[in-house]
Amino acid sequence: MQELDRVVIRFAGDSGDGMQLTGDRFTSVSALFGNDLSTLPDFPAEIRAPAGTLAGVSAFQVHISDHDILTPGDAPNVLIAMNPAALKANIGDLPTGGTLIVNTDSFGERDLAKAGYAANPLEDGSLAGFTVYEVAMTAMTLEAVKPTGAKPRDAERSKNFFALGLVTWLYNRPVDPTLGWIKERFSKNHMVEESNTLAFRAGYNFGETAELFLSTYQVRPAALDPGVYTNINGNTALAWGLVAAGQLAKLPIFLGSYPITPASDILHELSKHKNFGVRTLQAEDEIAGIAAALGASFGGSLGITTTSGPGVDLKSETVGLAISLELPLIVVDIQRGGPSTGLPTKTEQADLLHVMYGRHGEAPVPIVAAKTPSHCFEAAIEAARIALKYRTPVFLLSDGYLANGSEPWKLPDVDSLPDISVDFATEPNHVDEEGNSVFWPYIRDEETLARPWAIPGTPGLEHRIGGIEKADGSGNISYEPANHERMVHLRAAKVAGIAKDIPDAEVDHEDGAELLVLGWGSTYGAIQAAVRRVRARGTKVAHAHLVHLNPLPPNLGDVLSRYSRIIVPEMNLGQLSKMVRAEFLVDARSVTKVQGQPFRAAELESAILEALS
Amino acid sequence: MTDTVPVTTKKDWTSDQEVRWCPGCGDYSILTAMQMLMPELGVRRESTVFISGIGCSSRFPYYMNTYGLHSIHGRAPALATGLALARPDLDVWVITGDGDGLSIGGNHLMHALRRNVNLNIILFNNQIYGLTKGQYSPTSEVGKVTKSTPFGSLDRPFNPISLALGAEATFVARTHDMDRKHMQSTFKRAYEHKGASFIEVYQNCNVFNDGAFEQILSKESRPNNLIPLEHGQPIRFGPDGERGVVLDAKGARIVDVADVGEDKLLVHDEAREDPAVAFMLSRLAHGPYEPTPIGVFRAVETADYGSGMDRQLAEAQERRGPGELSKLLTSGATWTVGAGANGHA
Ligand code: SF4
Repeated sequence: MQELDRVVIRFAGDSGDGMQLTGDRFTSVSALFGNDLSTLPDFPAEIRAPAGTLAGVSAFQVHISDHDILTPGDAPNVLIAMNPAALKANIGDLPTGGTLIVNTDSFGERDLAKAGYAANPLEDGSLAGFTVYEVAMTAMTLEAVKPTGAKPRDAERSKNFFALGLVTWLYNRPVDPTLGWIKERFSKNHMVEESNTLAFRAGYNFGETAELFLSTYQVRPAALDPGVYTNINGNTALAWGLVAAGQLAKLPIFLGSYPITPASDILHELSKHKNFGVRTLQAEDEIAGIAAALGASFGGSLGITTTSGPGVDLKSETVGLAISLELPLIVVDIQRGGPSTGLPTKTEQADLLHVMYGRHGEAPVPIVAAKTPSHCFEAAIEAARIALKYRTPVFLLSDGYLANGSEPWKLPDVDSLPDISVDFATEPNHVDEEGNSVFWPYIRDEETLARPWAIPGTPGLEHRIGGIEKADGSGNISYEPANHERMVHLRAAKVAGIAKDIPDAEVDHEDGAELLVLGWGSTYGAIQAAVRRVRARGTKVAHAHLVHLNPLPPNLGDVLSRYSRIIVPEMNLGQLSKMVRAEFLVDARSVTKVQGQPFRAAELESAILEALS
Repeated sequence: MTDTVPVTTKKDWTSDQEVRWCPGCGDYSILTAMQMLMPELGVRRESTVFISGIGCSSRFPYYMNTYGLHSIHGRAPALATGLALARPDLDVWVITGDGDGLSIGGNHLMHALRRNVNLNIILFNNQIYGLTKGQYSPTSEVGKVTKSTPFGSLDRPFNPISLALGAEATFVARTHDMDRKHMQSTFKRAYEHKGASFIEVYQNCNVFNDGAFEQILSKESRPNNLIPLEHGQPIRFGPDGERGVVLDAKGARIVDVADVGEDKLLVHDEAREDPAVAFMLSRLAHGPYEPTPIGVFRAVETADYGSGMDRQLAEAQERRGPGELSKLLTSGATWTVGAGANGHA
């Protein structure tokens, strides 16, 4: 058995081959084993893209290690290719000397033709630079599941469990969690349960007895902070953060949402938690989703809508209404490649300026962005805190990479989570000209500039609000020029004032560093990994990562002024860099990547070195 | 709340805002009908909410001394859906118009009706765009000459009642701005109905489409062209009740009672489960210039969306107990990293 400090494994196959499931299982077992890890699922938008073609390839990369890691790995050390298309689509990423495990049973003439191979790569010497293990996975799976009596077509579908069994053996992972999981997951279909169990065992046993592999490998548990951990992806963490926000605010939460990739899993997850009093409405469209959420907020719920870029386009008008009504609302944008339908299942960070400015009129909205899958939990609570305290819509940004990627998460102590509750108005707040006590919906809190939240059902506070400009204070319709200007400034000042109520930007600084890498969102892991590599070479560099994008942290101007060079890596064409250049007149240089894939640490390492040269 | 609802008058339901509709607009009488209905219903101002979209009719909430929300064009049913689901204790009214509800907001209207959300939706139909100064609307008759259709409009109009019945709305009625009592009793029926109620109000826009309903509503034409729908009664009209509606192989159609005999007349049954007959009644007139039914087309009781949602929440709490955050966070597989070495849970 050989010890490794880390390994990156990529499972690749046809969309129908169950690669996401296989990768996910391997990840869970590794998490339970105590490794640090990070994952990158990568799948096509089509549910069943033509089988065996390059377009239909689905892959799952997992990086496991015995120390703290930040990314799913730049390149795999091991590639499991279930068919020629998977091989062709992924082999370019496997470094020379890498390990390749292929299912030889799917390398027939037709399979090769579908993948566009003129000759069989297993025979033409093109894989000479790799350590290739040829395994007849389909045949062995069929043989193994024979006792169940499953028809060959059904039996063949267990071959991903054969592959999982083999890799489980190769990396000395425990088998029991997976066996238990199969039992539970397929309890309703005994034959499938039995087939998957047999295929998994067969794969494991094949590794042990075939003497094909020279050695097995061991990646020891990582020395993580003491605590209780769970493995979590961004969408689940975000959904749990929203549930937590409801509890911490002592308010019912209401989600109005329309299914859209890659945000739908938040709708699914929240729909499970009705015992928390969570109401979910799958609305008729994106607009109805946010409108229903806003209606619920008017009634005293924490209204939430979840979507991706195309949905944000449609919701913009209602965000404007929420700004005008000054009611709490959370708009979650799980960014994906755009414009238009773009790349539904791939990641991008190109909605920043959209959520910052994408509305008519002067329409400021606070923006919070999550930086890792587990950080989505905290970011959701922070978005809720701001929305409730300042009675404003808040954009919460995540992206496809965070949404589906997972990492071990040290569970927070529930009692340490902040109290974000606010009070509803219960009393009149003004005396009119005739001396009557009345309620004016737009009298503001002096400190926060938030208006009172008086919910229907409260006697004596009946009032009418709407999207037409309102008179400062009374909230009555007003077309008065000076009043409009005052209201525009008040709304802007309210959002700008949140800067006093958010933490300073933290800088991971090194004495003598002249270059600052400024990031936001899901690039955190890749930037931090690159920074570590650069430092390991003895080069000095600093990193600041923004969670609050509007308003920006109060110290950011100071921070930026301390460095002679600033680079801003983003999965867009330079949106944060534009914002900081405009705001602080600094020469922030953009480093961009828009391939639907996260940055690799190596790419950022070169970008940093280049900026320093 | 157990304490008694205070007795109110129309004045209590009238806000301090100056009403800004054009003098002579049909909206005034609708507002009066509503302000007079409220004391009759014996409901609380604080538990009553009016939500509207954009258009002349949508200014309505400002004039009711209740909670009110004047939203954006077409979206009132969607906002109201969220409010009604989150707050089943409230009475939620939606005020919309033919442009707001049937053009830009058609999707939300139809889905609110389909879901049977507990809302009272009142659509002011004046067959014109008033607030934008006189373009044709989705209920304008074919050939309507307006600023945007100088050579006449080409598109066929919606029949709002047919549309609502097509969505299987559980309460569907039509009334008009010339009959305050009828409006008030129809609004009352909508209030009493659990689920989505849809009421079309023929409303005269005296500035841009004056007299659109003249041919059925004027004193002279009313007896001949207004077909009153009354539950359990044979459908007949005319100055001496000499005309009526029969249902036969050709569908619902208007006949002379003398030709078919009284006992052949269709007895109106608003509680009929199948909306097909009500739909046929909605098709009797091609527009408000020939005999047109007024009244309740359909009123059936069936599960409303909000009650279903409440039941699922209650069942989940019963089954799993009230939510506990710490349990949620540990609901997946977990493992413990000790201060010294790693362990597995
Ligand atoms: S434009 Fe027509 S509908 Fe609008 S207020 Fe004037 S009369 Fe009434």
